[in-house]
Amino acid sequence: MTNPDITRANRRLVPKLFLFSIAMFGFGYLLVPLYDVICDITGLNGKTASSAVAMDGNANGVDTSRTITVEFVSSLNSGAPWEFRPAVTRMQVHPGEFYEMSYVARNLTDQDMVGQAVPSVAPGPAAVHFQKIECFCFDRQDFAPGESKDMPVMFRIDPRLAEHVNVVTLSYTFFKLDPSS
Amino acid sequence: MAATTHDVHDGHGEHHHGPAKGLGRWLFTTNHKDIGTLYLLFSLLMFLVGGSMALIIRAELFQPGLQLVDPHFFNQMTTMHALIMVFGAVMPAFVGLANWMLPMMVGAPDMALPRMNNWSFWILPFAFTMLLSTLFMPGGGPASGWTLYPPLVLQTGDAFPFVILAIHLMGISSIMGAINVIATIFNMRAPGMTLMRMPLFVWTWLITAFLLIAVMPVLAGAVTMLLTDRYFATSFFNAAGGGDPVLFQHIFWFFGHPEVYIMILPAFGVVSQIIPTFSRKPLFGYHSMVYATAAIAFLSFIVWGHHMFTVGMPLTAELFFMYATMLIAVPTGVKVFNWVATMWRGAMTFETPMLFSIAFVILFTIGGFSGLMLAIAPADFQYHDTYFVVAHFHYVLVPGAVFSIMAAVYYWLPKWTGHMYNERLSRIHFWLSVIGVNVLFFPQHFLGLAGMPRRVPDYALQFTEWNMVSSIGAFIYGISQLLFVYIVIQTIRAGDKATDRVWEGAHGLEWTVPSPAPYHTFDKPPKISTADAHG
Ligand code: HEM
Ligand SMILES: [Cu+2]
Repeated sequence: MTNPDITRANRRLVPKLFLFSIAMFGFGYLLVPLYDVICDITGLNGKTASSAVAMDGNANGVDTSRTITVEFVSSLNSGAPWEFRPAVTRMQVHPGEFYEMSYVARNLTDQDMVGQAVPSVAPGPAAVHFQKIECFCFDRQDFAPGESKDMPVMFRIDPRLAEHVNVVTLSYTFFKLDPSS
Repeated sequence: MAATTHDVHDGHGEHHHGPAKGLGRWLFTTNHKDIGTLYLLFSLLMFLVGGSMALIIRAELFQPGLQLVDPHFFNQMTTMHALIMVFGAVMPAFVGLANWMLPMMVGAPDMALPRMNNWSFWILPFAFTMLLSTLFMPGGGPASGWTLYPPLVLQTGDAFPFVILAIHLMGISSIMGAINVIATIFNMRAPGMTLMRMPLFVWTWLITAFLLIAVMPVLAGAVTMLLTDRYFATSFFNAAGGGDPVLFQHIFWFFGHPEVYIMILPAFGVVSQIIPTFSRKPLFGYHSMVYATAAIAFLSFIVWGHHMFTVGMPLTAELFFMYATMLIAVPTGVKVFNWVATMWRGAMTFETPMLFSIAFVILFTIGGFSGLMLAIAPADFQYHDTYFVVAHFHYVLVPGAVFSIMAAVYYWLPKWTGHMYNERLSRIHFWLSVIGVNVLFFPQHFLGLAGMPRRVPDYALQFTEWNMVSSIGAFIYGISQLLFVYIVIQTIRAGDKATDRVWEGAHGLEWTVPSPAPYHTFDKPPKISTADAHG
């Protein structure tokens, strides 16, 4: 049973197999950046850019021949003690033009609170064409006890938005953050 | 290799003792047959525990309304049932069969790494004790479904870290087991046992072992991310911190789909051993069987998206995953064809292992067809998360994987124990099982198509009749497994003496050793005759 040939062969093979499984553990983690990159390029998960685009004039021109409905949606992550809603629920917009609207949030507790809004655009592929010049979602939002805030978002729909898309929904979910984090 | 043989016999300190006495034998054993037995007994125990949970589920679903258990406990039952059946019953059963049979089938004296073998087994009782103990913790056990999707799974109570740790242990155990299998097959084959002469059970296990070391670590990564998301403020899946819960689904199913093949490829191997024996013909298309298995394993890495058709993938991804999934039906079809062709004009007899194998071929194929229906992306929007999916995977897993395990036990039990099982009782067990399983799962297709969602403790009234039928089937199937336990115990204790060859049509090295197989076999590598090639 202690055949030296076999022992040697095992000593060569087994570490390779262990290394391979450790590498696959790493591969699991590699899927995280890979996923983010793919989503960034394609906007697949409906995530809009997490920083502002420059207000570069109307580089691609305003397309007044086209009208798109933008719907605004809000939701609270479970247990987030806020009142949170869009000031208007829908707008008619022309691609290329800048618009401003706002969301209203009120801290329902008698404590200081920190919140963060996370945006999502549907349909997913429209996300890359939903450009925000300014957004309350770029930063954490601090609230005094009972404080109410009007939080603006300035956006533009890129005229390159696919032909067949007539309605774009912007949704924010409001999360409670741990003030220390 | 001649020198090798020589070494074995001159090696001093080689004492050919039998097993040690008492509990120590089982705790410290490095013998592949002992460890195989331990795995199989453990798997049987888990099969009964997981089965009892299934019966709780089916009892609750016998009627609409909430009667026996509260919804939170119901959810714990669906989650635990799946985790226990997948990681505790099906996988360890196949590892047990591998331990018992692989060394004998390739003419090796033992597994390549006997001491590690002992560890891979003994981790499991700890892992499952821990998993089961979570049911008694504040907040109860995991209730998110075996797929552990965040954010729901992050709401698990105190049990959460224990569940994750248990999954880590199960993963480590399977990885070690798989490495052992690969090393055994690559390094321990008797001279003359070339790769293309190996029995199909060996081939399918070799490929399964590669799947295991490729995807179990990915699962480990996914659950580690869940753990750090909950306790260490990472945000892999937490949208507030910039993560995305859908990412978890991608990682999970990158593991999950190969995992379902981990549970079925060894089953393919088992029936490929049994059908030729009772058809008294060599396996039809041995080479194509090997290539088909490899093709299935390869494809299993690129189809995970079919579990996620409804999360909002772009059209091109839906199409890719749809066609890639359907492609799997081709090598699978090759296999089914070969099994049928093996039986074609064979001198068939219908002993219990053969009965289970034939049932496997037919019922697994039904599961494959419902899989194809689910693979149609636009149709899956309706089927997804309904009982249709439940019917699909239970057809491939119960009359598929579990029946093949039953077949394997009846087939090799005489070799393990030296006794024949009771043929009459085993046939009763078979017929109760097939009838029970179909009464249990076939109506679930109807329920799913009619729109009954999965993982619910209560349902709309129009689903009542088929749920009742399904629950009756569940109790028939479940209780008839006690007969199986009885038959196995009876065979271990007594029964007609089995011959060495056991089955008239059996080929392969395992049948050349006495029955019961001695504690040590093939200390001296056997000569491989052509008749024994391909087992
Ligand atoms: C021709 C082969 C197969 C095809 C085309 C196929 C296809 C599919 C599809 C599309 C789904 C997702 C359904 C949904 O969630 O909407 C699914 C689920 C599933 N399949 Fe299969 N499948 C096949 C074979 C198998 C085999 C061999 C097994 C296991 C032995 C298996 C086990 C499962 C399991 C466990 C699930 C459900 C996972 C869950 O959501 O909990 N399938 N299958
Ligand atoms: Cu799958």
